[in-house]
Amino acid sequence: MSSVTEKKIGDVLLKVENISLSFGGVKALTDISFEIREHEVLAIIGPNGAGKSSMLNCINGFYHPQQGTITYRGEKRKQMRPHQAAKQGIARTFQNIALFKGMSTLDNIMTGRLLKMKAGLFSSAFYKGPAEREQIEHREFCERIIDFLEIQAIRKVPVGRLPYGLQKRVELARALAAEPTLLLLDEPMAGMNLEEKQDMCRFILDVNDEFGTTICLIEHDMGVVMDISDRVVVLDYGRKIGDGVPAEVKNNQAVIDAYLGVQH
Amino acid sequence: MSETSGQPDGRDPLGRDTIPKFFAYNAQHRRDRPAMREKDLGIWQTWTWGEVDGRVRDLAGGLAALGLRRGDKVAIIGDNRPELYWTMAAAQALGGIPVPVYQDSVAEEIQYVIEHAEARFAVVENQEQVDKLLSIRDRLPMLETIAYGDPRGLRHYDQPFLRNLADVFKAGTAHNQANPGFVDAEIAKGNGSDLAIICYTSGTTGRPKGVMLSHDNVVRSANLAVSFDKLNETDQVLAYLPMAWVGDNFLSYVEGAVTGFCMNCPESADTVLTDLREVGPTYFFAPPRIWENLLTTVMIRMEDASGIKRRMFHYFIALARRAGRNILEGKPVAFTDRMLYALGEILVYGPLKNVLGLSRLRLAYTAGEAIGPDIFDFFRALGINLKQLYGQTECTVYLCMHTDTDVIPDTVGPPAPGVELKIDEKTGEVLFRSPGVFVGYYKNDTATAETKTPDGWVHTGDAGVFTDNGHLRIIDRAKDVGRLTDGALFAPKYVENKLKFFPHIKEAVAFGDGRDHVAAFINIDLAAVGSWAERNGIAYTSYADLAGRPEVYALLRGCIEQVNRDLSSDSSMTASQIKRFLVLHKELDADDGELTRTRKVRRSTIAERYGTLIEALYSGQPSIAVEAKITFEDGRTGTFKANLKIDEATTYSTMRKAG
Repeated sequence: MSSVTEKKIGDVLLKVENISLSFGGVKALTDISFEIREHEVLAIIGPNGAGKSSMLNCINGFYHPQQGTITYRGEKRKQMRPHQAAKQGIARTFQNIALFKGMSTLDNIMTGRLLKMKAGLFSSAFYKGPAEREQIEHREFCERIIDFLEIQAIRKVPVGRLPYGLQKRVELARALAAEPTLLLLDEPMAGMNLEEKQDMCRFILDVNDEFGTTICLIEHDMGVVMDISDRVVVLDYGRKIGDGVPAEVKNNQAVIDAYLGVQH
Repeated sequence: MSETSGQPDGRDPLGRDTIPKFFAYNAQHRRDRPAMREKDLGIWQTWTWGEVDGRVRDLAGGLAALGLRRGDKVAIIGDNRPELYWTMAAAQALGGIPVPVYQDSVAEEIQYVIEHAEARFAVVENQEQVDKLLSIRDRLPMLETIAYGDPRGLRHYDQPFLRNLADVFKAGTAHNQANPGFVDAEIAKGNGSDLAIICYTSGTTGRPKGVMLSHDNVVRSANLAVSFDKLNETDQVLAYLPMAWVGDNFLSYVEGAVTGFCMNCPESADTVLTDLREVGPTYFFAPPRIWENLLTTVMIRMEDASGIKRRMFHYFIALARRAGRNILEGKPVAFTDRMLYALGEILVYGPLKNVLGLSRLRLAYTAGEAIGPDIFDFFRALGINLKQLYGQTECTVYLCMHTDTDVIPDTVGPPAPGVELKIDEKTGEVLFRSPGVFVGYYKNDTATAETKTPDGWVHTGDAGVFTDNGHLRIIDRAKDVGRLTDGALFAPKYVENKLKFFPHIKEAVAFGDGRDHVAAFINIDLAAVGSWAERNGIAYTSYADLAGRPEVYALLRGCIEQVNRDLSSDSSMTASQIKRFLVLHKELDADDGELTRTRKVRRSTIAERYGTLIEALYSGQPSIAVEAKITFEDGRTGTFKANLKIDEATTYSTMRKAG
């Protein structure tokens, strides 16, 4: 839209410095540095096996890089577990959907509120009183997300029965339920048809816009990446070969070589 | 309610001649009764008549502050939302004319309506509609203001003519405080001959036409219908059909205002069946495809039920089909059947109706298309008072309705109170006169003159016959009735409807006018055929693949041969048996202009687009290559290539006279 005002991209939210990660003799990531700034949509792209998911797993606290530092909100991060990262406001979705298949959409989204729940075992067992009030608050929050992502019709449906595109949307809903500052999306549009992709793009932009959430996503569909991201980081064989606004990256010779192949 | 029982001509005994006067009356006399509900964040929110009145007055003030004057048109685009109904009421209170537009229309269709209606205001639901309007905005110089209900995604839109509806409400409160008595004075200025609404008919041919209905039209028609069906303020309806369709406007909004009953807006278009169950309406209107969907869902779910349940279901449904209708209509039934039916009510019918959300249903209508007698009987057998209604926008919704005790599945009932009908002897076309006769087509006097005769009769364009017991039976559009080369009558819709009564067939198009035999296109129903394929272990990848499977062709050939057998038993229709058919690789779609927004087949478009396929049907070749242009939901286009088989079906001879 022509007259849409520019959004404001803020300070550095997360800084990755000289990260190296290896599994035994396999080097997954070599000396990678980049920044994620507040309110931006950052895409990490690269051919298969480039280390994109490993990078997300490092940020998420699931992998622990042997070298390098991650600074989050100005604080250098020590070795941390995923739930600690979640407490700090980092939520994510997975490449292979990781939902509770037998639970309803609503219940799955409620699990995203887990870290925000304060009621203990005892008061939850009695339910009446504080636990009930808390439950109502959380439910209301989840309902806002359901409304936001337009999944009212599947609220009570077990997610195992949902088509793939909708499961992806439920996963996004669960990540949003944690009220993240930084949202990591691992191939949110993989395996979707054109219409589902367009919906997902709209949701990602809306999340970024409406909640001010910073988004870091991995995606293979170049059209999508160029359309929705503010900045693109390109990895190839565990090394960073490009970093910049979409137009720059598109014309970067190293990136073109990595994608199209080059004669050695 | 005595106040709504009305007079024989439908005029209001209390002299309320416009919709806003009914709103004002309800605000006074039904202040605390529920008027509207909407499910928001998973919880049903209720507005009483008193609250609705307050919202409508605020909105009226806001629209007046924006410059809405008597006679101005207000385009309304969106799903059924209370604030859009309030907009309608607010515009009417000021003497403005609401022009609802189908919410799934593409930008060009919306542009045509807004341009033609010269709407100065558009009130829309959300970003989707705002984006459509912005894309055509430079071609609509008369459109001054666009107001939206849901601000999501619109924060960065800074066009000066865009307004959040919430701000319009606020401005209205201020306006009304500064001008006390303003809205009341405006309401009092209105009278029955003012226009209440302009509904653009989807039109199977050419551009949509704007049907102008006056307050007299809607109020008098509603008064007559309300006393005919004894509706009252305790009734509940689900407002889920497009607001742009006169039926939703009349059955939910107008009848709601007249009786004071409560309309319930679903959470989203996808949740209608869940919402139906939660609301449990007492008065429900649904086109045949919804009844069909309900029945299909029940049947598919029963296939998966345990053996005992399945046997119980089939036993009691068979009983219901035998005795249910007679019990409903108060006719004599054997004592044992009556006892068993009571048992069935406890074990099967009651729980089933509860699951479908039809437990409280007192009155249900179907209209728009022919409904399969099987489907119709199924619901009546369960004890649901499902009746047919026939009408059109030009007559303010209804001309014929079944009475509660005299229901025949393949008729649309006798003329409704206040309606005069006659059939043109030469063309077989149905003509009517009633209090609901429309004022005219907006800015289209030629079309008005073609439709309305000087002595007040209106052409419906439908061909029909009266049965011996005074019911009307519609056979087809008058202009679509054609003849085969041997001179036999051919009513395509009659044949298509028989095909569509099979759950596996979603849409059918029959050809035969000026040909030596009848041939047809078939559209499979993906849900039904998909489930059939699953049960029979047939693998498929896509819609087009499934449609082309030889097993599916065999399945459909069976359906067609059954129709042929059926047609052969009726001497006037035996020539209409289908000899050759093909299964289309894509669903006929309103976005491609092949169907109207109300899902009626557009014959001219299909003849043009599928000309080669039609010729192939008559050339005797076994298959045809197609390359089709398809339009995606986002307006982009693509092409599709496939090879379609053409199959033959057996036809049956009758004992008709030689020659």
